[in-house]
Amino acid sequence: MNEDHRLHPFHDYTNSSFVELLRRQSPHLLPGGTASGGPEVPHGTTVLAMRYRDGVIMAGDRQATAGYQVASRRIEKIFKADDLSGVGIAGAAGPAMEMAKLFQTELEHYEKVEGDNLSLEGKANKLGQMIRMNLQAAMMGLAVVPIFAGFDEKSGVGRLFKYDITGGRYEERDYDAQGSGSKDARDSLKKLWKRDMGRDEAMRTALEALIDAADEDVGTGGPDLVRGIFPTVKTITRSGYGDVADDEIRRMCEAILAERTKTGNGG
Amino acid sequence: MPLPYYVSPEQMMKDKAEYARKGIARGRSIVTLEYRDGILLVAENPSSLLHKVSEIYDRIAFAGVGKYNEFENLRIAGIRHADVKGYSYSRGDVTAKALANAYSQALGNIFTQDIKPFEVEVLVAEVGDANGSKSEIYHILYDGTIEDEHNYAAMGGQADEIRRFLKDHYHDGMGLDESLQLGVRALSVTQNKTLSERDLEVAVLDRTKERRKFRRIPPEALSQLLGTAG
Repeated sequence: MNEDHRLHPFHDYTNSSFVELLRRQSPHLLPGGTASGGPEVPHGTTVLAMRYRDGVIMAGDRQATAGYQVASRRIEKIFKADDLSGVGIAGAAGPAMEMAKLFQTELEHYEKVEGDNLSLEGKANKLGQMIRMNLQAAMMGLAVVPIFAGFDEKSGVGRLFKYDITGGRYEERDYDAQGSGSKDARDSLKKLWKRDMGRDEAMRTALEALIDAADEDVGTGGPDLVRGIFPTVKTITRSGYGDVADDEIRRMCEAILAERTKTGNGG
Repeated sequence: MPLPYYVSPEQMMKDKAEYARKGIARGRSIVTLEYRDGILLVAENPSSLLHKVSEIYDRIAFAGVGKYNEFENLRIAGIRHADVKGYSYSRGDVTAKALANAYSQALGNIFTQDIKPFEVEVLVAEVGDANGSKSEIYHILYDGTIEDEHNYAAMGGQADEIRRFLKDHYHDGMGLDESLQLGVRALSVTQNKTLSERDLEVAVLDRTKERRKFRRIPPEALSQLLGTAG
Protein backbone atom coordinates (compact mmCIF):
# COMPACT_ATOMS: atom_id res chain seq x y z
CA MET A 1 0.00 0.00 0.00
CA ASN A 2 2.64 2.38 1.20
CA GLU A 3 5.01 1.51 -1.58
CA ASP A 4 2.26 2.06 -4.12
CA HIS A 5 1.70 5.54 -2.76
CA ARG A 6 5.38 6.50 -2.99
CA LEU A 7 5.73 5.26 -6.53
CA HIS A 8 2.57 7.04 -7.57
CA PRO A 9 4.33 9.43 -9.99
CA PHE A 10 5.37 6.44 -12.11
CA HIS A 11 1.88 5.03 -12.40
CA ASP A 12 0.25 8.33 -13.06
CA TYR A 13 1.10 8.68 -16.73
CA THR A 14 -1.90 10.96 -17.24
CA ASN A 15 -0.13 13.58 -15.13
CA SER A 16 0.14 16.05 -17.97
CA SER A 17 -3.32 15.56 -19.46
CA PHE A 18 -5.92 18.25 -18.90
CA VAL A 19 -8.80 15.97 -19.89
CA GLU A 20 -7.78 13.41 -17.25
CA LEU A 21 -7.48 16.22 -14.72
CA LEU A 22 -11.06 17.29 -15.44
CA ARG A 23 -12.22 13.69 -15.23
CA ARG A 24 -10.72 13.43 -11.74
CA GLN A 25 -11.57 16.88 -10.42
CA SER A 26 -14.54 18.32 -12.26
CA PRO A 27 -16.23 15.66 -14.40
CA HIS A 28 -19.23 17.97 -14.89
CA LEU A 29 -17.05 20.18 -17.11
CA LEU A 30 -16.34 17.39 -19.58
CA PRO A 31 -18.30 17.40 -22.82
CA GLY A 32 -20.34 14.40 -23.84
CA GLY A 33 -23.15 12.85 -21.84
CA THR A 34 -26.63 12.03 -22.93
CA ALA A 35 -27.97 15.27 -24.37
CA SER A 36 -29.87 14.82 -27.58
CA GLY A 37 -30.20 17.26 -30.42
CA GLY A 38 -32.49 17.48 -33.41
CA PRO A 39 -32.10 19.40 -36.62
CA GLU A 40 -32.80 22.62 -34.68
CA VAL A 41 -29.33 22.53 -33.18
CA PRO A 42 -26.88 24.63 -35.20
CA HIS A 43 -24.54 22.57 -37.35
CA GLY A 44 -21.30 23.69 -38.87
CA THR A 45 -21.14 22.88 -42.53
CA THR A 46 -17.99 22.68 -44.64
CA VAL A 47 -14.32 22.65 -43.64
CA LEU A 48 -11.36 21.41 -45.62
CA ALA A 49 -7.63 20.87 -45.27
CA MET A 50 -5.00 20.25 -47.91
CA ARG A 51 -1.27 19.93 -48.22
CA TYR A 52 0.77 22.45 -50.15
CA ARG A 53 4.43 23.20 -50.60
CA ASP A 54 5.06 24.82 -47.21
CA GLY A 55 2.69 22.81 -45.02
CA VAL A 56 -1.08 22.67 -44.85
CA ILE A 57 -3.91 25.05 -45.58
CA MET A 58 -7.20 24.86 -43.70
CA ALA A 59 -10.34 26.64 -44.80
CA GLY A 60 -13.98 26.75 -43.85
CA ASP A 61 -17.18 28.59 -44.73
CA ARG A 62 -18.77 30.84 -42.12
CA GLN A 63 -22.32 29.55 -41.88
CA ALA A 64 -24.02 27.52 -39.16
CA THR A 65 -27.28 25.90 -40.17
CA ALA A 66 -30.17 24.76 -37.95
CA GLY A 67 -32.54 22.68 -39.99
CA TYR A 68 -33.46 24.87 -42.96
CA GLN A 69 -32.54 28.07 -41.15
CA VAL A 70 -29.32 30.01 -41.02
CA ALA A 71 -28.25 29.96 -37.36
CA SER A 72 -25.18 32.15 -37.78
CA ARG A 73 -23.44 33.76 -40.73
CA ARG A 74 -20.17 34.52 -39.04
CA ILE A 75 -19.01 31.56 -37.02
CA GLU A 76 -15.40 30.51 -37.24
CA LYS A 77 -14.77 26.84 -37.83
CA ILE A 78 -11.02 26.72 -38.01
CA PHE A 79 -9.36 26.95 -34.61
CA LYS A 80 -5.74 27.23 -33.72
CA ALA A 81 -4.90 24.14 -31.67
CA ASP A 82 -1.34 25.27 -30.96
CA ASP A 83 1.50 26.96 -32.83
CA LEU A 84 1.83 24.13 -35.33
CA SER A 85 -1.65 22.70 -35.72
CA GLY A 86 -5.26 23.58 -36.25
CA VAL A 87 -8.63 21.91 -36.02
CA GLY A 88 -11.57 22.46 -38.34
CA ILE A 89 -14.95 21.59 -36.93
CA ALA A 90 -18.04 20.20 -38.58
CA GLY A 91 -21.18 18.74 -37.05
CA ALA A 92 -23.11 20.04 -34.05
CA ALA A 93 -21.58 23.48 -33.54
CA GLY A 94 -21.96 23.74 -29.75
CA PRO A 95 -20.24 20.50 -28.80
CA ALA A 96 -17.73 20.97 -31.61
CA MET A 97 -16.59 24.37 -30.36
CA GLU A 98 -16.44 23.01 -26.83
CA MET A 99 -14.29 20.17 -28.06
CA ALA A 100 -11.98 22.55 -29.90
CA LYS A 101 -11.57 24.61 -26.74
CA LEU A 102 -10.88 21.51 -24.66
CA PHE A 103 -8.37 20.32 -27.23
CA GLN A 104 -6.54 23.66 -27.20
CA THR A 105 -6.36 23.58 -23.42
CA GLU A 106 -5.19 19.97 -23.49
CA LEU A 107 -2.27 20.79 -25.78
CA GLU A 108 -1.29 23.91 -23.87
CA HIS A 109 -1.56 22.10 -20.55
CA TYR A 110 0.69 19.32 -21.77
CA GLU A 111 3.21 21.79 -23.11
CA LYS A 112 3.36 23.73 -19.87
CA VAL A 113 3.57 20.72 -17.56
CA GLU A 114 6.08 18.77 -19.64
CA GLY A 115 7.98 21.76 -21.01
CA ASP A 116 7.74 20.16 -24.43
CA ASN A 117 5.22 19.79 -27.24
CA LEU A 118 3.28 16.64 -28.05
CA SER A 119 4.20 15.07 -31.38
CA LEU A 120 1.72 15.66 -34.21
CA GLU A 121 0.83 11.97 -34.03
CA GLY A 122 0.19 12.32 -30.30
CA LYS A 123 -2.07 15.31 -30.84
CA ALA A 124 -4.03 13.47 -33.55
CA ASN A 125 -4.55 10.46 -31.27
CA LYS A 126 -5.64 12.64 -28.37
CA LEU A 127 -8.30 14.31 -30.53
CA GLY A 128 -9.55 10.86 -31.55
CA GLN A 129 -9.99 9.93 -27.89
CA MET A 130 -11.94 13.11 -27.27
CA ILE A 131 -14.30 12.36 -30.16
CA ARG A 132 -14.85 8.89 -28.71
CA MET A 133 -15.87 10.50 -25.41
CA ASN A 134 -18.64 12.19 -27.33
CA LEU A 135 -19.95 8.96 -28.88
CA GLN A 136 -23.08 8.76 -26.76
CA ALA A 137 -24.14 12.28 -27.73
CA ALA A 138 -23.17 11.57 -31.33
CA MET A 139 -25.63 8.68 -31.43
CA MET A 140 -28.37 11.11 -30.35
CA GLY A 141 -27.65 13.49 -33.20
CA LEU A 142 -24.86 15.64 -31.78
CA ALA A 143 -22.01 14.26 -33.84
CA VAL A 144 -18.72 16.11 -34.00
CA VAL A 145 -16.38 15.26 -36.85
CA PRO A 146 -13.35 17.51 -37.06
CA ILE A 147 -10.41 17.67 -39.40
CA PHE A 148 -7.03 17.97 -37.77
CA ALA A 149 -4.02 19.29 -39.64
CA GLY A 150 -0.59 20.45 -38.69
CA PHE A 151 3.05 20.71 -39.47
CA ASP A 152 5.07 17.69 -38.41
CA GLU A 153 8.43 18.94 -37.17
CA LYS A 154 9.95 15.47 -37.26
CA SER A 155 9.29 14.75 -40.91
CA GLY A 156 9.21 18.41 -42.01
CA VAL A 157 5.88 18.16 -43.86
CA GLY A 158 2.25 19.10 -43.36
CA ARG A 159 -0.09 16.25 -42.42
CA LEU A 160 -3.85 15.97 -42.07
CA PHE A 161 -6.23 13.60 -40.33
CA LYS A 162 -9.93 12.96 -40.57
CA TYR A 163 -12.15 11.23 -38.04
CA ASP A 164 -15.40 9.35 -37.80
CA ILE A 165 -17.90 9.75 -34.94
CA THR A 166 -16.43 6.77 -33.04
CA GLY A 167 -13.06 8.51 -32.86
CA GLY A 168 -11.59 6.47 -35.70
CA ARG A 169 -8.60 8.32 -37.08
CA TYR A 170 -7.58 8.24 -40.72
CA GLU A 171 -4.62 10.02 -42.14
CA GLU A 172 -5.18 11.60 -45.55
CA ARG A 173 -2.26 12.22 -47.83
CA ASP A 174 -3.30 15.18 -49.93
CA TYR A 175 -6.60 16.80 -48.98
CA ASP A 176 -9.90 16.17 -47.30
CA ALA A 177 -13.16 17.95 -46.47
CA GLN A 178 -15.74 17.41 -43.75
CA GLY A 179 -19.32 18.53 -43.16
CA SER A 180 -22.49 18.77 -45.22
CA GLY A 181 -20.79 20.27 -48.28
CA SER A 182 -17.76 18.03 -48.00
CA LYS A 183 -18.58 15.81 -50.95
CA ASP A 184 -18.76 18.77 -53.32
CA ALA A 185 -15.62 20.32 -51.87
CA ARG A 186 -13.79 17.00 -52.27
CA ASP A 187 -14.96 16.65 -55.86
CA SER A 188 -13.65 20.10 -56.58
CA LEU A 189 -10.32 19.41 -54.88
CA LYS A 190 -10.01 16.18 -56.80
CA LYS A 191 -9.80 18.13 -60.03
CA LEU A 192 -7.87 21.17 -58.82
CA TRP A 193 -5.39 19.90 -56.27
CA LYS A 194 -1.81 19.41 -57.42
CA ARG A 195 1.33 18.39 -55.58
CA ASP A 196 3.61 21.18 -54.28
CA MET A 197 1.34 24.12 -54.99
CA GLY A 198 2.56 27.52 -53.86
CA ARG A 199 0.67 29.53 -51.24
CA ASP A 200 -1.47 31.59 -53.61
CA GLU A 201 -2.44 28.71 -55.84
CA ALA A 202 -3.27 26.56 -52.81
CA MET A 203 -5.41 29.31 -51.31
CA ARG A 204 -7.25 29.76 -54.54
CA THR A 205 -7.87 26.03 -54.80
CA ALA A 206 -9.27 25.97 -51.27
CA LEU A 207 -11.61 28.88 -52.00
CA GLU A 208 -12.75 27.35 -55.31
CA ALA A 209 -13.67 24.19 -53.41
CA LEU A 210 -15.62 26.11 -50.76
CA ILE A 211 -17.46 28.14 -53.40
CA ASP A 212 -18.36 24.89 -55.19
CA ALA A 213 -19.60 23.43 -51.91
CA ALA A 214 -21.74 26.52 -51.26
CA ASP A 215 -23.08 26.22 -54.78
CA GLU A 216 -24.30 22.66 -54.38
CA ASP A 217 -25.03 22.33 -50.66
CA VAL A 218 -27.81 24.42 -49.11
CA GLY A 219 -26.14 24.37 -45.68
CA THR A 220 -22.85 25.88 -46.78
CA GLY A 221 -22.46 29.64 -47.02
CA GLY A 222 -20.65 31.19 -49.97
CA PRO A 223 -18.79 34.51 -50.05
CA ASP A 224 -21.27 37.14 -48.85
CA LEU A 225 -20.48 40.29 -50.80
CA VAL A 226 -23.33 42.27 -49.29
CA ARG A 227 -22.25 41.80 -45.68
CA GLY A 228 -18.58 41.35 -46.48
CA ILE A 229 -18.32 37.86 -44.98
CA PHE A 230 -15.75 35.56 -46.54
CA PRO A 231 -14.49 32.07 -45.80
CA THR A 232 -11.69 31.63 -43.25
CA VAL A 233 -8.30 30.49 -44.51
CA LYS A 234 -5.35 29.54 -42.29
CA THR A 235 -1.88 28.36 -43.20
CA ILE A 236 0.23 26.11 -40.99
CA THR A 237 3.91 25.95 -41.83
CA ARG A 238 7.27 25.44 -40.18
CA SER A 239 7.09 28.99 -38.90
CA GLY A 240 3.70 28.55 -37.29
CA TYR A 241 -0.03 29.05 -37.56
CA GLY A 242 -0.92 32.02 -39.72
CA ASP A 243 -4.11 33.93 -40.47
CA VAL A 244 -4.77 35.05 -44.00
CA ALA A 245 -6.01 38.63 -44.00
CA ASP A 246 -9.68 39.22 -44.88
CA ASP A 247 -8.69 41.59 -47.67
CA GLU A 248 -6.63 39.00 -49.45
CA ILE A 249 -9.44 36.45 -49.20
CA ARG A 250 -11.95 38.99 -50.45
CA ARG A 251 -9.83 39.81 -53.50
CA MET A 252 -9.36 36.17 -54.32
CA CYS A 253 -13.07 35.36 -53.93
CA GLU A 254 -13.99 38.28 -56.16
CA ALA A 255 -11.51 37.11 -58.79
CA ILE A 256 -12.94 33.59 -58.73
CA LEU A 257 -16.54 34.85 -59.00
CA ALA A 258 -15.62 37.28 -61.79
CA GLU A 259 -13.97 34.53 -63.75
CA ARG A 260 -16.96 32.25 -63.33
CA THR A 261 -19.26 35.00 -64.53
CA LYS A 262 -17.07 35.59 -67.55
CA THR A 263 -16.75 31.96 -68.60
CA GLY A 264 -20.29 31.03 -67.62
CA ASN A 265 -18.83 28.18 -65.62
CA GLY A 266 -20.66 27.38 -62.38
CA GLY A 267 -22.84 30.45 -62.73
CA MET B 1 2.63 2.56 23.02
CA PRO B 2 5.19 5.05 24.32
CA LEU B 3 3.93 8.56 24.89
CA PRO B 4 5.35 11.15 22.49
CA TYR B 5 7.62 13.72 24.13
CA TYR B 6 5.97 17.04 24.81
CA VAL B 7 7.29 19.85 22.66
CA SER B 8 5.79 23.30 23.04
CA PRO B 9 4.07 24.57 19.88
CA GLU B 10 6.30 27.60 19.95
CA GLN B 11 9.45 25.51 19.89
CA MET B 12 8.04 23.26 17.18
CA MET B 13 7.27 26.18 14.85
CA LYS B 14 10.65 27.70 15.50
CA ASP B 15 12.40 24.44 14.66
CA LYS B 16 10.38 24.00 11.50
CA ALA B 17 11.03 27.56 10.35
CA GLU B 18 14.73 27.19 10.98
CA TYR B 19 14.79 23.92 9.08
CA ALA B 20 13.00 25.43 6.07
CA ARG B 21 15.17 28.55 6.07
CA LYS B 22 18.35 26.49 6.11
CA GLY B 23 17.15 24.44 3.15
CA ILE B 24 16.29 27.56 1.17
CA ALA B 25 19.55 29.30 2.05
CA ARG B 26 21.52 26.48 0.45
CA GLY B 27 19.93 27.16 -2.94
CA ARG B 28 20.78 29.78 -5.52
CA SER B 29 18.71 32.94 -5.89
CA ILE B 30 16.19 34.44 -8.28
CA VAL B 31 15.45 38.09 -9.03
CA THR B 32 12.43 39.62 -10.70
CA LEU B 33 12.31 43.10 -12.14
CA GLU B 34 9.68 45.14 -13.86
CA TYR B 35 10.98 46.64 -17.07
CA ARG B 36 9.41 48.81 -19.76
CA ASP B 37 7.58 46.03 -21.61
CA GLY B 38 6.80 43.68 -18.77
CA ILE B 39 8.42 41.57 -16.11
CA LEU B 40 11.85 39.97 -16.22
CA LEU B 41 12.76 36.83 -14.26
CA VAL B 42 16.42 35.92 -13.82
CA ALA B 43 17.49 32.75 -12.02
CA GLU B 44 20.93 31.47 -11.34
CA ASN B 45 20.54 27.96 -12.68
CA PRO B 46 23.29 25.99 -14.38
CA SER B 47 20.81 23.45 -15.77
CA SER B 48 19.15 24.32 -19.05
CA LEU B 49 16.59 21.52 -18.66
CA LEU B 50 15.39 21.65 -15.07
CA HIS B 51 13.61 24.97 -14.90
CA LYS B 52 13.12 27.29 -11.96
CA VAL B 53 11.07 29.78 -13.94
CA SER B 54 8.06 28.76 -15.98
CA GLU B 55 4.79 29.68 -17.57
CA ILE B 56 1.53 29.25 -15.67
CA TYR B 57 -1.00 31.04 -17.85
CA ASP B 58 -1.38 33.77 -20.44
CA ARG B 59 0.06 36.58 -18.35
CA ILE B 60 1.26 34.69 -15.29
CA ALA B 61 4.67 33.22 -14.55
CA PHE B 62 6.02 31.14 -11.68
CA ALA B 63 9.44 30.97 -10.09
CA GLY B 64 10.63 28.73 -7.28
CA VAL B 65 13.74 28.36 -5.15
CA GLY B 66 14.72 25.64 -2.73
CA LYS B 67 13.98 21.97 -3.17
CA TYR B 68 13.27 21.11 -6.80
CA ASN B 69 10.72 18.33 -6.30
CA GLU B 70 8.73 20.51 -3.91
CA PHE B 71 8.44 23.63 -6.05
CA GLU B 72 7.92 21.47 -9.15
CA ASN B 73 4.86 20.00 -7.40
CA LEU B 74 3.61 23.50 -6.64
CA ARG B 75 4.23 24.62 -10.21
CA ILE B 76 2.11 21.80 -11.65
CA ALA B 77 -0.62 22.45 -9.09
CA GLY B 78 -0.62 26.08 -10.24
CA ILE B 79 -0.95 25.17 -13.91
CA ARG B 80 -3.85 22.88 -13.04
CA HIS B 81 -5.59 25.55 -11.01
CA ALA B 82 -5.18 28.11 -13.81
CA ASP B 83 -6.19 25.83 -16.68
CA VAL B 84 -9.32 24.52 -14.96
CA LYS B 85 -10.37 28.01 -13.93
CA GLY B 86 -9.74 29.46 -17.38
CA TYR B 87 -11.59 26.60 -19.01
CA SER B 88 -14.68 26.81 -16.83
CA TYR B 89 -14.92 30.64 -16.76
CA SER B 90 -12.84 32.63 -19.20
CA ARG B 91 -9.16 33.18 -19.79
CA GLY B 92 -9.37 36.69 -18.35
CA ASP B 93 -10.64 35.37 -15.01
CA VAL B 94 -7.36 33.67 -14.15
CA THR B 95 -5.46 35.99 -11.83
CA ALA B 96 -2.13 35.91 -10.05
CA LYS B 97 -3.86 37.03 -6.86
CA ALA B 98 -6.06 33.94 -6.63
CA LEU B 99 -3.13 31.73 -7.48
CA ALA B 100 -0.85 33.36 -4.92
CA ASN B 101 -3.56 32.92 -2.29
CA ALA B 102 -3.83 29.24 -3.15
CA TYR B 103 -0.06 28.84 -2.77
CA SER B 104 -0.16 30.69 0.52
CA GLN B 105 -2.92 28.41 1.83
CA ALA B 106 -1.18 25.26 0.67
CA LEU B 107 2.22 26.20 2.09
CA GLY B 108 0.61 27.37 5.34
CA ASN B 109 -1.21 24.06 5.74
CA ILE B 110 1.89 22.05 5.00
CA PHE B 111 3.91 24.10 7.45
CA THR B 112 1.52 23.62 10.35
CA GLN B 113 0.29 20.10 9.69
CA ASP B 114 3.17 18.14 8.20
CA ILE B 115 6.23 16.99 10.08
CA LYS B 116 8.53 18.39 7.42
CA PRO B 117 7.79 21.83 6.00
CA PHE B 118 8.46 22.59 2.33
CA GLU B 119 11.90 24.12 1.84
CA VAL B 120 10.77 26.51 -0.86
CA GLU B 121 9.85 30.05 -1.67
CA VAL B 122 7.76 30.78 -4.73
CA LEU B 123 6.96 33.86 -6.72
CA VAL B 124 3.91 34.53 -8.86
CA ALA B 125 4.11 37.39 -11.35
CA GLU B 126 1.37 38.79 -13.56
CA VAL B 127 2.11 41.34 -16.23
CA GLY B 128 -0.32 44.23 -16.66
CA ASP B 129 -1.59 45.08 -20.12
CA ALA B 130 -0.70 48.02 -22.30
CA ASN B 131 -3.69 50.12 -21.24
CA GLY B 132 -2.46 50.80 -17.78
CA SER B 133 -3.38 47.89 -15.53
CA LYS B 134 -0.55 47.32 -13.10
CA SER B 135 1.81 44.39 -12.92
CA GLU B 136 1.64 42.27 -9.79
CA ILE B 137 4.38 40.31 -8.06
CA TYR B 138 3.61 38.01 -5.12
CA HIS B 139 6.25 36.37 -3.00
CA ILE B 140 5.16 33.39 -0.88
CA LEU B 141 7.35 31.96 1.87
CA TYR B 142 7.70 28.40 3.19
CA ASP B 143 5.16 29.00 5.97
CA GLY B 144 2.51 30.58 3.77
CA THR B 145 3.48 34.20 4.47
CA ILE B 146 2.55 36.23 1.43
CA GLU B 147 3.87 39.61 0.35
CA ASP B 148 3.13 41.70 -2.69
CA GLU B 149 6.25 43.28 -4.05
CA HIS B 150 6.67 46.37 -6.19
CA ASN B 151 9.10 46.87 -9.06
CA TYR B 152 11.47 44.12 -8.00
CA ALA B 153 11.72 41.04 -5.81
CA ALA B 154 14.42 38.60 -4.77
CA MET B 155 14.32 35.23 -3.12
CA GLY B 156 16.66 32.36 -2.29
CA GLY B 157 19.85 32.06 -0.29
CA GLN B 158 21.17 35.62 -0.51
CA ALA B 159 17.88 37.42 -0.97
CA ASP B 160 18.50 40.13 1.64
CA GLU B 161 21.75 41.39 0.11
CA ILE B 162 20.25 41.23 -3.37
CA ARG B 163 17.21 43.19 -2.28
CA ARG B 164 19.39 45.89 -0.74
CA PHE B 165 21.39 46.11 -3.96
CA LEU B 166 18.22 46.41 -6.06
CA LYS B 167 16.82 49.05 -3.76
CA ASP B 168 19.82 51.25 -4.50
CA HIS B 169 20.03 50.61 -8.23
CA TYR B 170 16.53 50.00 -9.53
CA HIS B 171 14.78 52.73 -11.49
CA ASP B 172 11.63 52.87 -13.60
CA GLY B 173 11.44 52.57 -17.35
CA MET B 174 14.47 50.37 -17.97
CA GLY B 175 14.73 48.49 -21.26
CA LEU B 176 15.18 44.73 -21.36
CA ASP B 177 18.95 44.85 -21.75
CA GLU B 178 19.47 47.31 -18.94
CA SER B 179 17.21 45.48 -16.51
CA LEU B 180 18.81 42.16 -17.39
CA GLN B 181 22.27 43.56 -16.72
CA LEU B 182 21.04 44.92 -13.40
CA GLY B 183 19.46 41.57 -12.51
CA VAL B 184 22.67 39.70 -13.24
CA ARG B 185 24.74 42.18 -11.26
CA ALA B 186 22.31 41.78 -8.37
CA LEU B 187 22.66 37.99 -8.46
CA SER B 188 26.44 38.19 -8.40
CA VAL B 189 26.56 40.76 -5.61
CA THR B 190 27.24 38.11 -2.99
CA GLN B 191 29.69 36.11 -5.08
CA ASN B 192 33.11 36.89 -6.35
CA LYS B 193 32.60 35.48 -9.82
CA THR B 194 30.74 37.00 -12.72
CA LEU B 195 27.79 35.00 -14.01
CA SER B 196 27.82 34.08 -17.68
CA GLU B 197 24.81 33.16 -19.80
CA ARG B 198 25.52 29.49 -19.09
CA ASP B 199 24.76 30.01 -15.39
CA LEU B 200 21.48 31.77 -16.02
CA GLU B 201 17.90 30.96 -16.75
CA VAL B 202 16.03 33.98 -18.03
CA ALA B 203 12.41 34.48 -19.06
CA VAL B 204 10.10 37.44 -19.52
CA LEU B 205 6.42 38.19 -19.42
CA ASP B 206 6.36 40.42 -22.48
CA ARG B 207 3.19 42.50 -22.70
CA THR B 208 3.79 43.24 -26.38
CA LYS B 209 3.26 39.56 -27.20
CA GLU B 210 -0.07 38.10 -28.24
CA ARG B 211 -2.10 36.04 -25.75
CA ARG B 212 0.67 33.98 -24.12
CA LYS B 213 3.12 36.55 -22.77
CA PHE B 214 5.71 34.17 -21.37
CA ARG B 215 8.90 33.78 -23.35
CA ARG B 216 12.20 32.15 -22.49
CA ILE B 217 15.32 33.95 -23.61
CA PRO B 218 17.77 31.47 -25.15
CA PRO B 219 21.54 31.69 -24.38
CA GLU B 220 22.44 33.26 -27.74
CA ALA B 221 19.99 36.13 -27.27
CA LEU B 222 21.15 36.39 -23.67
CA SER B 223 24.78 37.03 -24.52
CA GLN B 224 23.64 39.69 -26.95
CA LEU B 225 21.53 41.42 -24.29
CA LEU B 226 24.34 41.18 -21.77
CA GLY B 227 26.74 42.66 -24.27
CA THR B 228 29.09 39.68 -24.07
CA ALA B 229 28.47 38.41 -27.58
CA GLY B 230 31.29 37.95 -30.03
